[in-house]
Amino acid sequence: MVAVTLWGALRDQADGQEVVEVEASNFKELLDALEASHPGLKPQIERGVSVAIDGRVYRNSWFTEIRPDSEVVLMPYMKGG
Amino acid sequence: MNFPAKTKRDFKVVGTRVARPDGVDKVTGRALYGADFSVPGMLVGRILRSPHAHARIRNIDASRAEALAGVKAVVTAADFGVPEDAALRDIQDNCMAREKALYHGHAVAAVAAKDAETAKAALKLIEVDYEVLPHVTDVDAAMAADAPVVQEGRADETVPEGSGPNVTMYTEFGHGDLEAGFAKADLVLERSFKTEATHQGYIEPHACLATLTGGRGELWCTTQGQYLVRELCAGILGMEASQLRVTASEIGGGFGGKTTVFIEPVALALSRKSGRPVKIVMTRSEIFCATGPTISSSMDVKIGITRDGRITAGEATLRYQGGAFPCETVSMGAQAAFAAYDLEAVRTYGWNALTNRPKEAAYRAPGAPVSIYAVESVVDELCQEFGLDPLEIRLRNAARDGTKASYGPTFDQIGLVATLEAAKAHPHYTAPLGENQGRGLSCGFWFNFGGNTCVSLNLNNDGTVGITEGNPDIGGSRASISMMAAEELGIPYDKVRTVITDTNSLGHNDVTDGSRVTFAVGLATIEAARAAIKVMCARVAKIWGIDEEAVVWEDGHAKPSGPNAGDFDPMSIEEIAAIASETGGPIAGHHEVNAEGAGVSFGVHLADVEVDPETGATKVVRYTVFQDAGKAVHPDYVEGQMQGGSVQGIGWALNEEYIYDEDGRLQNAGFLDYRIPVASDLPMIEPVILEIPNPGHPYGVRGVGETSIVPPLAALSNAVSRAAGIRLHELPMSPPKILKAMMSKG
Repeated sequence: MVAVTLWGALRDQADGQEVVEVEASNFKELLDALEASHPGLKPQIERGVSVAIDGRVYRNSWFTEIRPDSEVVLMPYMKGG
Repeated sequence: MNFPAKTKRDFKVVGTRVARPDGVDKVTGRALYGADFSVPGMLVGRILRSPHAHARIRNIDASRAEALAGVKAVVTAADFGVPEDAALRDIQDNCMAREKALYHGHAVAAVAAKDAETAKAALKLIEVDYEVLPHVTDVDAAMAADAPVVQEGRADETVPEGSGPNVTMYTEFGHGDLEAGFAKADLVLERSFKTEATHQGYIEPHACLATLTGGRGELWCTTQGQYLVRELCAGILGMEASQLRVTASEIGGGFGGKTTVFIEPVALALSRKSGRPVKIVMTRSEIFCATGPTISSSMDVKIGITRDGRITAGEATLRYQGGAFPCETVSMGAQAAFAAYDLEAVRTYGWNALTNRPKEAAYRAPGAPVSIYAVESVVDELCQEFGLDPLEIRLRNAARDGTKASYGPTFDQIGLVATLEAAKAHPHYTAPLGENQGRGLSCGFWFNFGGNTCVSLNLNNDGTVGITEGNPDIGGSRASISMMAAEELGIPYDKVRTVITDTNSLGHNDVTDGSRVTFAVGLATIEAARAAIKVMCARVAKIWGIDEEAVVWEDGHAKPSGPNAGDFDPMSIEEIAAIASETGGPIAGHHEVNAEGAGVSFGVHLADVEVDPETGATKVVRYTVFQDAGKAVHPDYVEGQMQGGSVQGIGWALNEEYIYDEDGRLQNAGFLDYRIPVASDLPMIEPVILEIPNPGHPYGVRGVGETSIVPPLAALSNAVSRAAGIRLHELPMSPPKILKAMMSKG
């Protein structure tokens, strides 16, 4: 299981939880598992999210490995100028 | 094939200050910008814009315009479909109003005519029946429950029930126990701030030349991303991507503002209707009224500190408006606000509200400058309250490797402490100040990212190298890309030429934004060079009759890996290229990647200002920038980014603002009334580059394009507070505001 930290505004969509646990070994599995376990997160995931894995931010890399002990933080989709 | 193992790379080309390949063309006028392209039979396109801030469009009668001799086409929203995708629909509706004009300057119709005079005359003949509606341009007013409703039903699922009708999103970040954190503080300050919208201020206007006949299109335009332009225009015009080729012109500045479309779909629609090429060039007034400025904001910040300078908790509420369409920039601001600090308790809340203003477009580090301005101002005021050294307090509380960032992840390798130490050691920090002068300090932060990138590297028959990449060069990337290829291949810089290609010549490339190009395109270039080297080593191995693994590449030559590999004279890249036909055909390397691992960036700015007590005018007398750039590929360009971002931030702090009248009409849509800093306003900005390698890049490169616009807002506000003995909580700090504050103080 991977512990995923959600940003504050998403907690209402995840039964008030700050950290949710899902079964996932990569970026894509993580998003799929989050959508399945917490359907309220789906609209935001569809709009776009980034995932910080062990301190490094990924925008959409499906096959990026996530280890069970990885630090995983869901973040808004990054944009720049 | 093996690469020589080096724990610390000794660069030969990277890190030098080679001549820029586009310099002569730009200073002699040979460079071709968006407005410089013309074709036979071309029509001139012009756009009719709403004089109202908010109005329902009851009817548009273009019959008289269409009847005017020389007019070849008129288009309105009726000439476009309605995209299913909400984001694309918003972009289209921003290009051409549908049902309502949502801001002063919103496009409502467009004309293509044989010349500019005819087009202008035709615009006057278009009759638009408006029902003028109440409007709102201020973010606080827009969030009120009884505010005029800009668009119905645009709130997403994050917006709590009971919020105002214009609120479109809510976000929140942070960790720890705020109440306990504030209880530990000896002093807690709460302050409210407001900042005005600013424009990216690129000198080159938006311009394009479009041809769309027989379902096939060609578009020449100034943009930060030709692939995005193709995607958006194809979506809006209902075309397949393969039928639209977009070529990016030379670009005269973008700063984020050219990461979307404004006139391109309109020109294509006019061409489709008229059957002729159509060129549109925006006026400066149109650019101010109808292209994306950045957000404006209203913010509350609360920070607690102990008497000896430990920050115990920080909290910020940000309210941003990004114009008449939903905008998520506040989420970036909310994440960045406290990024420079190692805090046990921190929370940021962000709200976005619709207003009757133009649709926000990205601007260098979107969202971060204003939120960090508010936080850095309060930190500075706390230092003043307790007589603490503001640099020491930043150092004491600085985020460092292993810090849990205020937005969630744990920082890996970051350079904030190094930049603060460099500022502390610099003569500027202890230099004496004159009368009416003050010194301000601020930290800055930006995320940076990589993204989708394709690079093709071709070995020419004479051993020189051509590189094709797909990101418009807005900050010197052609030189940097050539340098990295030369470095990897072991050949001189002037043997490599990099060109920016059209959308048909490479796979998808993301926009030139997010400080991504030197990082991501550089990474892809290095990998493309390695692929070409692999081919060259394989060819030489065949010539020598040895294993590929027994050939190494060094200094532009294939060499035997050691005595056991055999006794062969090294073969140069020129020799290998000359016989490519005989050894298997053309030699090339390419690389396609969604690059990740860009690495965040921190900067620290020191500003000295002098405030005229009689006029309230602020003059910047000394300015120094310290920034972690990772490996600086071309130090001139890195310094240019640090200086350019600083200047834009200085303008944001001191003068630049969108001024609306009571009818919601923009009052200063030109550079005479919208005052950006020019060279004569400024001292030489001293850049100090720190090279803390980014582990996510083969050469340690980090993005450098955005961080530098972040600190100037607070650095100048903090400097003004010390120079004039007053603390302003709104931007810009224009002379009348400063004078008024000084007079109120007495």
